[in-house]
Amino acid sequence: MAALQLEKQRGRYAALAIAAVVIVVGIPLWWKTTETYRAWLPFSEISELDSLQLQLSVDIEVVFSRGTLTPEQQKKFPLSHVNEKEHQVDAKTGLRYKYETRYRTATIMEEDALNQPTAAEADLSLHMLSESSCGSVVVYVIPESSTLLPEDVKVYVGQRRTALLRSPPFKTSWNLKEVLSNLDVEVEQVVSTMSFGHQDIVAALSNRVRMTKVTKESMADSMRAIKSSPGYEITFSLLNPDPKSHSLHWDIEGAVQSYIQPLLNKLAPIANFSVDSQILYYAVLGVNPRFDNSVSAYTLSADSLSHVINPVEARLGSNAASSNPVLNFLLYVPDAHHSPLFIRDHSKRKVPSNAFHSPRWGGIMVYNVNEMYGPEAERPVDININMAKVMGVFLAQLRLMLGVQHTHPPTGFVLQSPGSAGLADWELDRLLWSRSVENIATASTTITSLAQLLDQIGNIVINDNIAQQVSSAVTSLQSAVAELEAGNLAFALQYSREAILASERAFFDPSLLHLLYFPDDQKFAIYIPLFLPMCVPIVLSLLKIVSEAKKRRADKQAKSD
Amino acid sequence: FRFPSPIGHISTCPSLIGQCCKTHPGSFQEELVIRPLHSGDIYASFQFRTLWDTDFLQEGQKVSHYRLFPKSLGQVLSKFSVRELHISFTQGFWRTMQWGQPFIPSPPGAELWVWFHDTVSDVDGNWKELTNVLSGIFCASLNFIDLTNTVQPSASFKPLGLGNATDHRFLRYATLPREIVCTENLTPWKKLLPCGSKAGLAVLMKSEKLFHSSFHSQAVHIRPICQQCSSKAWELRQTLNVVFDLHTSGQGKKEWSLFKMFSRTLTEACPLASSSKVYVDITDNPEGELFELSPATPLLGQAVVLGDRRTYSVYDLSRAETFGQLRSFNLLLRWKGDSGDMLRPLLHAERYVAGFGLQTGEIHTVIYNNHPYRAFPVLLMDSVPWYLQLYIHTLTVTSKSRDNKPSYIHYQPAKDRHRPHLLEMLIQLPPHSMTEVTVQFERALLKWTEYTPDPNHGFYVGSSVVSALVPSMVAMRTNFTQDQPLFSSFVPVKEESSYFVRVYTEPLLVNLPTPDFSMPYNVICLTCTVVAVGYGSFYNLLTRTFQVDEPSPPLSKRLANLIRRMRGVPLLT
Repeated sequence: MAALQLEKQRGRYAALAIAAVVIVVGIPLWWKTTETYRAWLPFSEISELDSLQLQLSVDIEVVFSRGTLTPEQQKKFPLSHVNEKEHQVDAKTGLRYKYETRYRTATIMEEDALNQPTAAEADLSLHMLSESSCGSVVVYVIPESSTLLPEDVKVYVGQRRTALLRSPPFKTSWNLKEVLSNLDVEVEQVVSTMSFGHQDIVAALSNRVRMTKVTKESMADSMRAIKSSPGYEITFSLLNPDPKSHSLHWDIEGAVQSYIQPLLNKLAPIANFSVDSQILYYAVLGVNPRFDNSVSAYTLSADSLSHVINPVEARLGSNAASSNPVLNFLLYVPDAHHSPLFIRDHSKRKVPSNAFHSPRWGGIMVYNVNEMYGPEAERPVDININMAKVMGVFLAQLRLMLGVQHTHPPTGFVLQSPGSAGLADWELDRLLWSRSVENIATASTTITSLAQLLDQIGNIVINDNIAQQVSSAVTSLQSAVAELEAGNLAFALQYSREAILASERAFFDPSLLHLLYFPDDQKFAIYIPLFLPMCVPIVLSLLKIVSEAKKRRADKQAKSD
Repeated sequence: FRFPSPIGHISTCPSLIGQCCKTHPGSFQEELVIRPLHSGDIYASFQFRTLWDTDFLQEGQKVSHYRLFPKSLGQVLSKFSVRELHISFTQGFWRTMQWGQPFIPSPPGAELWVWFHDTVSDVDGNWKELTNVLSGIFCASLNFIDLTNTVQPSASFKPLGLGNATDHRFLRYATLPREIVCTENLTPWKKLLPCGSKAGLAVLMKSEKLFHSSFHSQAVHIRPICQQCSSKAWELRQTLNVVFDLHTSGQGKKEWSLFKMFSRTLTEACPLASSSKVYVDITDNPEGELFELSPATPLLGQAVVLGDRRTYSVYDLSRAETFGQLRSFNLLLRWKGDSGDMLRPLLHAERYVAGFGLQTGEIHTVIYNNHPYRAFPVLLMDSVPWYLQLYIHTLTVTSKSRDNKPSYIHYQPAKDRHRPHLLEMLIQLPPHSMTEVTVQFERALLKWTEYTPDPNHGFYVGSSVVSALVPSMVAMRTNFTQDQPLFSSFVPVKEESSYFVRVYTEPLLVNLPTPDFSMPYNVICLTCTVVAVGYGSFYNLLTRTFQVDEPSPPLSKRLANLIRRMRGVPLLT
């Protein structure tokens, strides 16, 4: 009997030992060999980014020139004042604008500059005196009686970051506070023209926020402008549908050098641009223009313009060597039998530039050459294209596409035209503000949706390089937000671009597609032949051991009772 | 042997002389050569040449304004620092023994070879990206080119253009013998032409006719050239070669016309082309006894091509009188008699797989030298995928049943799943001989994910390439001038006495041992069952307690007890 008991005990120990081996070695081994590799992601920081609180800080300098303030009022200078405004755009996005205004009187040199005969010259000499930092605004308040500005002009915005403001009539009895508060409205108008307005910023957030509170105009502006991207390809194409009659020559190298390149140099901090051009022969528009007897010309109506692009697009060809968005500018020279060709707008009037643009795609200009040769000219006729005329139109379209909005200035404002550079400094600043905000919004949306996706689907393999991209995107985003808060616009844009690059790279990484997905029924089909016969005896003998132990304890208790 | 008979009545063709290059940057030429073949087939070869004068070799200069040259290719050249690019897509196999040598040879499937600039640091990276971009441009599966089918031939593929790059680290060569060529490859190819398919010779390219042919090959060759060496230029040559089998499809009548072949006629030259010509090879028909051409042309041209002086009827499309009253040009050829036997091509090669079973095999490459008295060396290049494991010690080269030791062997063994075998040999071919190269191989077992979707079809092994300088019958022209027809000016000629020929053999189709693909699950089930049974008995042995059991009473006793119980009688013990 003792031997039998001993034998039973040995059997129990063996069953326990096997169960222990299975649990201690087998299960971890199985777990380790079948798990998917998932690198660590900063989920907590990403969820912080999900609710975005952006603070935009603008440095404003208000400089009073001689004759605007009484000496008493001047005594309290220099003085600074911080004004903050808060907007809650939606449940997860908040905006705070911080205007740091410093007031001072003009230096002697600045007084000299302001004594120039015209506003443009004053603007230039003020610029020579001091270089204002990116994103800041300097407002010079000039006396009401100043002749620098024409009678009805209240504010002059120059080519750089300075504006001249004709001071409203102050009463000498006012103290400084009253004077400044009187000036505040005007300064605010200047700032919203030269750096950003609330509507522009909300439009830039369109990737995060549902567009409800945006005006139609800034909506149209942001729809027209192409999305923020690290680089753009600009392609000029000359379409010559009739090489038999026209031999066209365009000096595109020179034209790009003198008209487009200055603007692109200016825009270098925003994105990399590459320019190329091509000539396409036998390329035709998708619509047959109608002959209009009243003007004895062919016309394209505004309704048919939407059908023009598609057939041409197939010929344009995408850029084989990069994946950046392409801006196409087409110069179409109608064939001899369909000339002249004019574009008409919705109210049936001839479009003076004879050009139109398609949002986020590019522009098309029709260039009629029928007047350049007589009917008996020898075919093909050599024709030189007037590039100044063409580039003027394309430059305007390019500015629209890039989102250099046509700000509609408030009444009494005069905006100096940007001149040969194609872009004023403050226009660039406006672009920087909206692009930084847009980049931050886009990158944060990308990163949060990626994190959400990875969190939801546990079978996706997360490699180390993805984790690295995600962390660098998060760090850059945080730095971008911090730089915006500190008012360093250039750095903010830089970081936001890095964030967008890293986030897109992580989001579109092909290794995320290698989803290790096995349906449950197949998994069971593989596991059951092995696991079922192995586990059933172990479980049964464990159950038996437990029940025996229970019984023994009950017996012992009964005995002791 | 027949030497070209001197032809007395040829006036020097005025259009072939003079007409120097225009000064504007870039020019475009187009031509079509039609050669009636002895087999009754028609060989039509289109060539389009776009020249782009630009000093591309200068570093840092970004060229981005395109006129005649296609922008998509130009961007590829500058982005990947390509020095020379040759790509061909071929459907069908060129039968050298029936058709003679083509103007520009190409192997079945897709072939791509690229020389990169020697400033490129990451050649493999550039190559990978380049193949992906090209596969997008030509709608082909070039993205399947990777390191496992790319080789760097040391001698067979020298640059054809300017510059004497010799470092084959910057060369990449790959073929996809299984690539199927169809309309979707032709459309992007036509798009690269300045006139598209709207005007000029390209209007003849209707895909339903072009692909209803015995052989179709389209290619793009880009190389830097030098015009009189004063200015450098990119040369883009687009060639399209078709062989029509008009004999069987034309109800046995031996006549053809442009309309019959292409279902189009020509109405104009491409207005951008500086020259636009149609050539018909009439060398075998000097007196008009074999066939009759209409409309007849007074223009005759001569060109030395592939070691032979050929005579051509030339039709210049840039002249209005070519098109006649109907304003349409339809060339008609009517055969009168039976053409004689074709001259055997001097160099010819073929290849096959021998052996049985699925374990080992032998690749035979047979090269023929049909020259009656001249021996010449050939370069044989073989690129064999890694899953055929070559035994290089079994390599034998025999000519006239005697061992023929190659004077140069470059062998790069394969690495499993990383790179293919590359075997290059310089073999001297004795006159009028057959040289056989054999090498044995063993078939590797692939991993089950490495098999193609239809593994029982077999695996393709690309063509061998035989490159040679073949002794020429006539003096080749060594100086290149503008007035030469395009088809005779592709391969640079270094010496007068020989000409360059490249011959591609057939691709091989090899069966590999192919498993039953439901096998993994069966194996899992079987092993699991075996393991479970073994484990179960082991477990029972370990955990069960064994005790001596009373032997059970025999059956008779049990039956008796049963009856006793029913009767209520005491049981037996």
